[in-house]
Order: sequence, then structure tokens, then C-alpha cells
Amino acid sequence: MNITALVFYVFATLAIGSALLLVSMRNIARSLFLFFIVLFSVAGLYVFALADFVAITQILVYVGGVLILMLFAFMLSNKELLNDLQIGTSHFFALPTWQSLVIAVSFLAILVYTSLQLGADEPGWIAASREAGTVLTPTDQTIQHIGVQIMTRYLLPFEIVSVLLMMALIGAAHLTRKEATS
Amino acid sequence: MIPLTHFLVVGACLFAIGLYAVLARRNAILVLVGIELMINAAILNLVAFGRYDKTMYGGQVFALFAIVLAAAAVAVALAIILNVYKFYRSVNPEDIKNLKD
Repeated sequence: MNITALVFYVFATLAIGSALLLVSMRNIARSLFLFFIVLFSVAGLYVFALADFVAITQILVYVGGVLILMLFAFMLSNKELLNDLQIGTSHFFALPTWQSLVIAVSFLAILVYTSLQLGADEPGWIAASREAGTVLTPTDQTIQHIGVQIMTRYLLPFEIVSVLLMMALIGAAHLTRKEATS
Repeated sequence: MIPLTHFLVVGACLFAIGLYAVLARRNAILVLVGIELMINAAILNLVAFGRYDKTMYGGQVFALFAIVLAAAAVAVALAIILNVYKFYRSVNPEDIKNLKD
């Protein structure tokens, strides 16, 4: 086993282990800080998939924006929010723990089975790309190509995403606005 | 070079953990964290398949779009959670039963 595979498995175990710890922890502040570790190690996994720009964007947007926002929301609401209540009757969302465990484990089994099947017979376009030599190599300059592709081939999705982002920002600002006292 | 299957198995584990968080936790913020975990697993799959697409970079570009969409979703969802907390004094999804005032 070479050093690349070793570092990959370290990142993978770090991500999965802290995610498992995250869902089993009672204290929400600790779970949010564990979410930091999960996001960082998933960004490391992106680097191993040769997507360094996506990894940097993950760190900038998620760790710098989303997580700070979550910590704000967590600390702006008062002490009652700190306790994760585990009592009470169950409805659709909060199933009893063992039932949701059964659902999650069966989903995991289906997904892992499908991924292993994909290892046996891979899709045609992957084999074609491997034959044509259009597989990314670690020495490729990806960032320049991504910029050119966003501004040419993917211009329409780019514009739609920008409009949607503006709608979401206006909506969030409208939702948190104080009611006008009339 | 890491095989594609290993990425997919790691993504499947993250997705299952996120699904468990969404179903089992009784706190709206942790439900949101579970959704983010599932989105991250999906982005990992996009990026892993995007390695075989050197001409169009579809996987990586749509991974970027997915990150932007997740950030927008989190902004709106946290605003809604804060409003719900102001109204019900609780963030347990079980306590939120009424659609109207």
C-alpha cells in the first residue's frame, strides 16, 4: 500500500468516524464542532478525486459560511435549544432510534451493494474515456478549464444558480425581519 | 490512483449517517446537519465520477453548483428555524404541528 492510499484511508476513517460520533452525541455544540472535522476531511477526499478547486470551495463556503451560520443560530436561541430532547411520543420525523437505525442500515446495504456491482461492470462511458485517454491525471491544470467551461458550456446553469442564490438571500432576510409595529 | 468504488463506499456511509441523523434526532439544527451530510455524500460521488470526464468537467462544475445550492438552503432553513423557535419556544420537530397561527 503506498502513501497516497494510506492518506486516503486516514481521511475516510476520520470523516466516517466523526460523522458517527456527531449523530450519537447529546451536546449540540460538540456535534457542530465535529461537523467541522467531517467537512475538512471530506474536502481532503475531494483532493484525492483530483478536484482541488471543489475542495477549496468546500472549505471556503462550508467551513467559512455555513458552519458559522449554524453556530450563530445555535447561540442566538436560548438555553432550551442546547438540550436535545430524547423523550416524548414519536411522529413522522422523529422515529424511535432503532427504527431509524434499521432504515439507515438497509439504505447503506443497498448503496454499498450497488457500488460493488459498479466495480464489477463499469458504465460504458468510463471505459470509453479510459480508452480515449481523457481521464484526469494529477498533473493536469483543472482550474483554468473549469473557469472556461463555466463561462461557455455551463453558462445557463450558472445564471440560474446566481438568480436562485439572490432569491434565497432576499427570502432569508425577509423571514428574519422584525414585524412592523402598526 | 484510488479506485472509484472506494469513493462510492465512503459516500454511501456518509449518506446513511446523514439519513439516520434526519430520522432520529429531535433537534431541527441537527436535522439540518444530517441533510448537509447527505449533500456532501452526493457531491463526493459527483467529484469521483467527474475524474473520468476531462473534456467537459461536468462532475466538478455541478459539484460547485451543488455547494452553492446547499449554502442557500442552509441560509433559508436557519431563518425558518429561528422564526419557529420564536413562535413555539422549541426546535423539536415533534412540537411543530400547526400550519396556521
